[in-house]
Amino acid sequence: MSETSPETDPRQLAGEARDRVRFEEEALELSDQVYQVARRLTGSREEAEDLVQDTYARAFRAWRSFEPGTNLRAWLFRILTNLNIDRGRKIQRTPDQQPLEENDYFLYNRLEEFGDGNADERRVVDRLSQNDAVTALADLPHDFRDVVLLVDLADFSYSDAAQILDIPIGTVMSRLHRGRRILKRNLAEASVEES
Amino acid sequence: MSGFAFDPCEKCEQMMQPYLDRVLTEEERLEAEEHLEGCAYCRKRYRFEAEFRRFVRTAISEPMPPELKAKLAALRTPL
Repeated sequence: MSETSPETDPRQLAGEARDRVRFEEEALELSDQVYQVARRLTGSREEAEDLVQDTYARAFRAWRSFEPGTNLRAWLFRILTNLNIDRGRKIQRTPDQQPLEENDYFLYNRLEEFGDGNADERRVVDRLSQNDAVTALADLPHDFRDVVLLVDLADFSYSDAAQILDIPIGTVMSRLHRGRRILKRNLAEASVEES
Repeated sequence: MSGFAFDPCEKCEQMMQPYLDRVLTEEERLEAEEHLEGCAYCRKRYRFEAEFRRFVRTAISEPMPPELKAKLAALRTPL
């Protein structure tokens, strides 16, 4: 066979290999960020490692479906969050219906009550423990936690988070607002119990 | 008790999330900042909210185990 088809054209194949290598390198540069979010989506380091490996295995297989010039980070996180759902996380039918009458300053007021009354904001935050923060986050209903992690840990915009999770932007905003409040309430309860 | 029985700055609270997330319009941002300048109550709590977010971010961050990086690199398509 003297003619070359597009699949066997050596120049085209070389070009494709270059694109793939570049894609893989760029994706790997984001692995720290992917791991950090995966770690808090899961209950253990081992689960997080498995989830990240599955994410990269799928990303590398599906690299052709990534459109160069678009947001690779968002594309990777979409795979991550979808795989996390597939992983069979427990579906919560009633995502926290508890009323949240407290205002956004609830945690601050609680912490201040249990302090000397003269602390500045930084010292008030210093009364919180790291472990309590990790537990309070783990206790968030999944829907809220996903949004809080994407925006507050991974620094995604509301609209990127909406695309990644395939939900309207208004839902991102309300889940974020509610998720942060529940987080504060959980932390306020934990820190009051300890004091 | 140092907490307020009702929130004297309800509008301010509504604007806190979009303000800290930097998604207000220029006009709204100026309005929020003008209010903050004149209201010690809200100023204190905005600072607390900003500190709180920094705290949570640091508290929940766990660096990737170095050996995972090698495992991911091994998933690349062989040349």
